[in-house]
Amino acid sequence: MATEVKQLDRVIIRFAGDSGDGMQLTGDRFTQESAAFGNDLVTLPNFPAEIRAPQGTLPGVSSFQVHFADHDILTAGDAPDVLVAMNPAALRANLPDLPRGATVIVDTHDFTTRNLAKAGYDANPLDSLDEPGSPLAEFAVHTVDLTGMTVGAVKEFGLSRKDASRAKNMFALGLLSWMYGRPTEHTEKFLHRRFSRVPDIRDANITAFKAGWAFGETTETFAVRYEVKPAPMAAGTYRNITGNLALAYGLVAAGVRSGLPVFLGSYPITPASDVLHELSKHKAFGVTTFQAEDEIAGIGAAIGASFSGALGVTTTSGPGVALKSESIGLAVMTELPLLVIDVQRGGPSTGLPTKTEQADLMQAMYGRNGEAPVPIVAPRSPADCFDAAIEAARIAVTYRTPVMLLSDGYLANGSEPWRIPEVDDLPVVDPGFATATNHVSTGKDGAETADFWPYLRDEATLARPWAVPGTAGLEHRIGGLEKGEGHGDISYDPANHERMVRTRQAKVDAVADSLPPLEVDDPSGQAKVLVIGWGSTYGPIGAGVRRVRRSGHHAAQVHLRHLNPFPHDLGEILGRYERVLVPEMNLGQLSTLLRARYLVDARGYHQVNGLPLKAAALAQAIGELVAEAEGVPLHELDLTAATSQEVHQ
Amino acid sequence: MSTTADLPSPTLRTGTDGVPAVDPDAPAQTGKEFTSDQEVRWCPGCGDYAVLKAVQSFLPDLGLRRENIVFVSGIGCSSRFPYYLDTYGMHSIHGRAPAIATGIATTREDLSVWVVTGDGDALSIGGNHLVHALRRNVNMTILLFNNRIYGLTKGQYSPTSEAGKVTKSTPMGSVDHPFNPVSLALGAEATFVARTIDSDRKHLTQVLAAAAAHRGTSLVEIYQNCPIFNDGAFDAIKDRDTKADAIIPLEQGQPIRFGAPAEDGGGSRGLARDAGTGGVRVVDVAEVGLDALLVHDATRDDPTTAFAISRLTDAGYLRQSPIGIFRQVERPTYDDQARAQLSTARDAAPGDQADRLAALIGGGDTWTVV
Ligand SMILES: Cc1ncc(C[n+]2csc(CCOP(=O)(O)OP(=O)(O)O)c2C)c(N)n1
Ligand code: SF4
Ligand SMILES: [Mg+2]
Repeated sequence: MATEVKQLDRVIIRFAGDSGDGMQLTGDRFTQESAAFGNDLVTLPNFPAEIRAPQGTLPGVSSFQVHFADHDILTAGDAPDVLVAMNPAALRANLPDLPRGATVIVDTHDFTTRNLAKAGYDANPLDSLDEPGSPLAEFAVHTVDLTGMTVGAVKEFGLSRKDASRAKNMFALGLLSWMYGRPTEHTEKFLHRRFSRVPDIRDANITAFKAGWAFGETTETFAVRYEVKPAPMAAGTYRNITGNLALAYGLVAAGVRSGLPVFLGSYPITPASDVLHELSKHKAFGVTTFQAEDEIAGIGAAIGASFSGALGVTTTSGPGVALKSESIGLAVMTELPLLVIDVQRGGPSTGLPTKTEQADLMQAMYGRNGEAPVPIVAPRSPADCFDAAIEAARIAVTYRTPVMLLSDGYLANGSEPWRIPEVDDLPVVDPGFATATNHVSTGKDGAETADFWPYLRDEATLARPWAVPGTAGLEHRIGGLEKGEGHGDISYDPANHERMVRTRQAKVDAVADSLPPLEVDDPSGQAKVLVIGWGSTYGPIGAGVRRVRRSGHHAAQVHLRHLNPFPHDLGEILGRYERVLVPEMNLGQLSTLLRARYLVDARGYHQVNGLPLKAAALAQAIGELVAEAEGVPLHELDLTAATSQEVHQ
Repeated sequence: MSTTADLPSPTLRTGTDGVPAVDPDAPAQTGKEFTSDQEVRWCPGCGDYAVLKAVQSFLPDLGLRRENIVFVSGIGCSSRFPYYLDTYGMHSIHGRAPAIATGIATTREDLSVWVVTGDGDALSIGGNHLVHALRRNVNMTILLFNNRIYGLTKGQYSPTSEAGKVTKSTPMGSVDHPFNPVSLALGAEATFVARTIDSDRKHLTQVLAAAAAHRGTSLVEIYQNCPIFNDGAFDAIKDRDTKADAIIPLEQGQPIRFGAPAEDGGGSRGLARDAGTGGVRVVDVAEVGLDALLVHDATRDDPTTAFAISRLTDAGYLRQSPIGIFRQVERPTYDDQARAQLSTARDAAPGDQADRLAALIGGGDTWTVV
């Protein structure tokens, strides 16, 4: 049977199943296949906080969404075109997100009375597909006994029924790989590597994967295959990378490019733990990882390492930052280089451990006692975590200061293609250790002696010297008590404190002198509305802005890498636009900072549901401002007008 | 799915191995060289002075380069200590010195790392870091100044204050049960645990020398008098008339005896095993005979006896306390092992760092766009 092949320019697939069904792995493999094929892509994993939430229940559903395209895309997509549901709960939990006409592939095997009940279905929705009022009426549903076929396909390996059915995710992957013409050799190699120690499991998985492909090819269930051509991309070698992996690599790179040993002091916490896991593999680069007894010890040890001449790093999420606050203050006072990495999650308190949010900006900015300014940098996409880590290290080392890096759960686990940089092109960070005395004191008898003043500053950066133990003649004591200007001895002098508070602030402000001008994305030059954001909202904001532009109207976009200090030209840029919109996954933290600092009428757009912003909703919000500013009625803006992302439907 | 890996077993050495020594031809170091130009600001009569003097005159004995010595402290009166020594130092935040020192000791094998802390600093706010440093056995020496009170905050009871203690925050007497720092350290499986007294310069110096020579975390509890807020807390063990009965001296290889001299010149009381409880009790030497006495052995791997001895410390007003080295055993240190893992990994991955970085970031499934 000749299957029809349809051309699409982009597709969003969501794999959903029980947390034990291996959906993250399935999605990840599909992603790698798509990356190897040359599509642009963005992914959105979504999983429960419980390791094994009760099987078959709605809270136990884990999903992985991948958006891949023949052109450059910015988000994981608002709504899936295809849902693969491995059980009733996965179907029920994900249906509300599907647009009319979406394709649904259901593993019928688990649609038993018991599992239907666990998912809250009174009756099997698959039994009433063609009846009016069916919850599935709007969709193109394919019912397939994926599990049963998997068990049949792997019979020869003599696995228990349970182990055999575990390979069903690979069957599903094989089927979807066929459907979208994905290359399969990477997945086969991967399965060989992953299960090299358990040959029968390895063979069962590979067989299930191939059987899924063959099923697609031979059965008549699926009449259409789809083709999504590779996306044009700049020349280079690419890999797909998650934010946490990119962040870890960035830290290793910062060590190599500074010549400093990296010391990570950390306490496990979702969604930051993977950075600890990854860095613990890179001892050959001189990376020490210390799993501390708590967050305070993690940062304390990192401060000790920095004092000793290492690049001290601590990784955590919001609750951990709360515990580290006092120690960050110590690093501000002692003016030691330190990276504090906050992979934000939903808060307050324990909040939503596995969901994303960007509500720790104020905590990073002000969450300490006293005037304790700290530079803040934020990556905008998973791959950008690599560059952001190196930039944070540059600021920390150059200015002898703790630096906060704000990633988030979406960046941490989401992925995108990354053009692998040349090592020689990466920034070089110069530790510039102090090696000699820097001051001459005159004794009571008039005799002059050379000595070392730990708080004599560099004129341009206001950074103090970094003299590490083992350097003869530079012995000195630092600590959390106020330091006397220059000599660094304890000082309770009011005028000195005033000067030191202002100097510490001036030093952080001076970081702005080292920043490049902001990139303003305003292609027509006619925009009256500026949309400004930070962190992981870059993709959705960009997609929203594109939609407005496609409707024939104008909007400008600026995305901030540096949140403290703000770049010098930010005020002037804000002043150029009639309206400023600040979309954030919080209740208005950047907008508050911008209003306070620049007295602009920055308007907020807020979403705190643990998920990334949606492009369509953002386009609507931007459109409203554009309509207002351009003096056209809102309904004249066709924001649903097909973006190139949506022509296939 | 748990697996256990073989760990490198670094050859055990002394606490200061790897720390550069002074040039043998250079003039001997003096205590004055270790004295900074900062004015010492403790109250008159504070026990901290005596400890400072002892440490300043002891440090030259180590024969280490001054720039390779680091003192880290927390917050409290005693934690001002680093300012008065002309070494590298950090006066950090309340309770966190062991954590900071762990970072220093792990990063740099060539540093001699010292922690100065108080009973509140180490046992209250920093209790967690203390026990974890001890269990990890990070190569450092912790001097715990125990004045059984919060000095710096002007006299609240501390985790070592006796129950019933009347202080500003406990006008009707404290209802907290106190910690015994030595018992706590032994419970955390510390490899070196000792107790000494601020005013006994000779004993203090001996203990410091042994602590510094020990590779791993050495915990030294120093009974320190605070004449302002807890004066006389240690009078019984300092007073000429009572101290023989109050101090139970622990001397390696010697039967443990104290109290008024018996005919043979040794103490008339001693420690013996209690067959009934399995613990250790105070006995009359004349009654039980010399052979029944417990011979002190701090190097015994099993900490049970050391713990039993530590329990003879009065929890209330201090009328009796064992003094000396309770435990001194060898166990690989955290920092040695962490560094050994680094060098094993480095040996297994030779070549230029930049090339290896290129290989790392260029690994995984890649594709090339031309
Ligand atoms: C986070 C924090 N909490 C409380 C304090 C106040 N504080 C300073 S020292 C101290 C107690 C010190 O007692 P101890 O460790 O016994 O030292 P001492 O002064 O007796 O030598 C307290 C509560 C502080 N500095 N920081
Ligand atoms: S308050 Fe007590 S411990 Fe503190 S300096 Fe004065 S005497 Fe010493
Ligand atoms: Mg005290």
